[in-house]
Amino acid sequence: MSRVRTWLPGLLLVAPSIVAIGVFVYGMLGWNFRLAMTDKHDEVSEGRFVGLENFISLWDQPRWHISVNHAIMFTIAFVLGALVLGWFLAFLMEKGIRGEGTFRAIYLFPMAVSFVATGIVWRWLMNSGMEERAVGFNRLFDAIGLPQWQWFRDPDWGMAAMALPAIWQMSGYVMALFLAGFRGVPEELREAARVDGCTEWGVYRHVVLPLLRPVTLSALIILGHISLKVFDLIVAVSGKQIITDVPAVFMWVAVFDSHDPAKGATIASYIVLSVAVFVIPYLIWSVRRERRS
Amino acid sequence: MRSRWTAAAAAVMAGVLSLSACGGGGDQAAQPSPGGGDAKKQVEVFSWWTGPGEADGLQAMRKIFEQQNPSYTFFDAAVAGGSGDKAKALLQSKLQADTPPDTFQGHAGAELQGYIKAGDLEELNSLYDELKLKDVFPPQLIEQISVQGKIYSVPVNIHRSNVLWFNPAVLEEAGVAGAPKTLEEFVAALEKVKAKGKIPLSVGSEWTVTHLLESVLLGSLGTDAYNALFKPGADWNSPQVTRALEQFKTILSYAGDPQDDWQPAAKQVADGEAAFNIMGDWAYGYFHNPPEGGLGKQSKTDFDWAPAPGTEGTYLWLSDSFTLPKGAKNRDGALAWLKVAASKEGQDAFNPKKGSIPARKDADQSLYTDYLADALKDWSGDKLAGSIQHGVAVNQPWLAAVNEAVGLFMGTKDVPALQKALAEAAQANAQ
Repeated sequence: MSRVRTWLPGLLLVAPSIVAIGVFVYGMLGWNFRLAMTDKHDEVSEGRFVGLENFISLWDQPRWHISVNHAIMFTIAFVLGALVLGWFLAFLMEKGIRGEGTFRAIYLFPMAVSFVATGIVWRWLMNSGMEERAVGFNRLFDAIGLPQWQWFRDPDWGMAAMALPAIWQMSGYVMALFLAGFRGVPEELREAARVDGCTEWGVYRHVVLPLLRPVTLSALIILGHISLKVFDLIVAVSGKQIITDVPAVFMWVAVFDSHDPAKGATIASYIVLSVAVFVIPYLIWSVRRERRS
Repeated sequence: MRSRWTAAAAAVMAGVLSLSACGGGGDQAAQPSPGGGDAKKQVEVFSWWTGPGEADGLQAMRKIFEQQNPSYTFFDAAVAGGSGDKAKALLQSKLQADTPPDTFQGHAGAELQGYIKAGDLEELNSLYDELKLKDVFPPQLIEQISVQGKIYSVPVNIHRSNVLWFNPAVLEEAGVAGAPKTLEEFVAALEKVKAKGKIPLSVGSEWTVTHLLESVLLGSLGTDAYNALFKPGADWNSPQVTRALEQFKTILSYAGDPQDDWQPAAKQVADGEAAFNIMGDWAYGYFHNPPEGGLGKQSKTDFDWAPAPGTEGTYLWLSDSFTLPKGAKNRDGALAWLKVAASKEGQDAFNPKKGSIPARKDADQSLYTDYLADALKDWSGDKLAGSIQHGVAVNQPWLAAVNEAVGLFMGTKDVPALQKALAEAAQANAQ
């Protein structure tokens, strides 16, 4: 009886959220996968079970290849860019600068802005107009004699440009993560390394960086899953255009323009699976680590 | 613990969002709540008219509606967003949840087919008979919006899609005598402008290129062959279509850097940076209106217009229309609104403000000046063809497939692939 009294209030407290998450997250995920395995290609038909047919036929569509390639290029540019820039900012902070609190706030602030607001500003900054029609960065580049660029309209590297606003938005957050990591490295370890004759670079190379591995991994997971399901930023910058198509935008088009629920659900399933590829190994790894310690 | 607070916060947010979604315009706050025991019954009118011009037109119609129907209140459920992108997504979720607005705006023609197939719309033939609308709307219009003899919407205005906008000064500088009449003349004119270092043809985002494609198809194929493309069994693989698409490719090769949307592209013409732009006649309002909503330009001197090359004598039309969804809470109120939308008085109040012409043939011609006078004259005499991009000729999935094909084509410039994709889109979605 007394044992019931200890766990029952807690359970009652979390029960609504367990039910809500069960229904609205996992239930909906399951429903989505089921829909993706039917031939419900318009809103009125019933939809028969067709197995993995939709998952396979999606690869016949040129647009799907484009959106997957775009997502990969965006992810590489965004994750690398935010990691390197975030790490570098944290490194500078860690070296000790005056007014650190102010800088921290300034660098962290972009995270408080929504992707849509960021996108609307960067749409202007990354305007593809050149020469006398240039605005935003191209005007600036022209003034200081740098070559102008088509930004996200560049057929080859446009998605790397599209990652710039995302890097701008998230690198402050990565900085905060790394700064916490840096601060977590005990001073004694560094001292010990210096006594052993390590150079300052060697201290970072052999002591600090290995200890930052868990932080790096967390940052990678957070950036990776944001990147694979990016939607609002793309729509705010360029709308629903093929030149900047990503799976999430393609899904919107499939559901609301093509009126093809099964196709939309298939794309959504691929997005969830691609995120799962990142997240599940991480979860397994962190559970194991917790058990070990 | 935290997830519980998150869930609670999410529930509150969802509540706030749904409230604001129902709220519509800011002036609605003082109105009675829906379904309340108030003496006045509410009519929820769903549209995407929130911009300058279009919102003024809606207000003008609303005034007439409220005068004629003192027992109803008008509930403006407009959702912002150009060409109804966001509005259509919200509408779809409302229809699927069986909570339709009392009446909603849609492009007349094939765009409504999805709603019709899903059984969301009531047919309006009896309303057409009651108001004798078949006598006042052009017979070709009635034919193009009928689905198996049934009509599901009331068109309140007509827009023209095949308009060539040009800058007379830039043309003169390049030695182009006037608006080109055929696609061959058009290409020659583009070449001359290019030699002068100006942008020959301005384009916006990808949908404006689909818009360009429909005018080129019409100009190359002619009206009858163009209209035949949207009938069952149409031949999209014909050599005539190949030729039209080759011409499209040539014309597109003279296009400047794509702009963000149609307005910046049109502005390039108004500013004398570009010579030509093919856009619907809503561009007239943008060119002509005073600086708050438009560019404040002088017609005929700063900008001029002509039918898109090769399409003279044909009105490539599109129309905003209102519908009667099944299960509307206030069906009588919706019918009262449709009667205002169909009336001469309603259309003459709405259209001069919105910058379009009425669908009725008996409109008060003195209200329509400058470009609109030209448009009204052409509308009464021209042959009709339905717009692709604006939902007349093709249904929504078909249009999505066309837009995809055009978007891919802009990257590849591969005419056979474009034709194949267009043919497949037609085969998969033909009605």
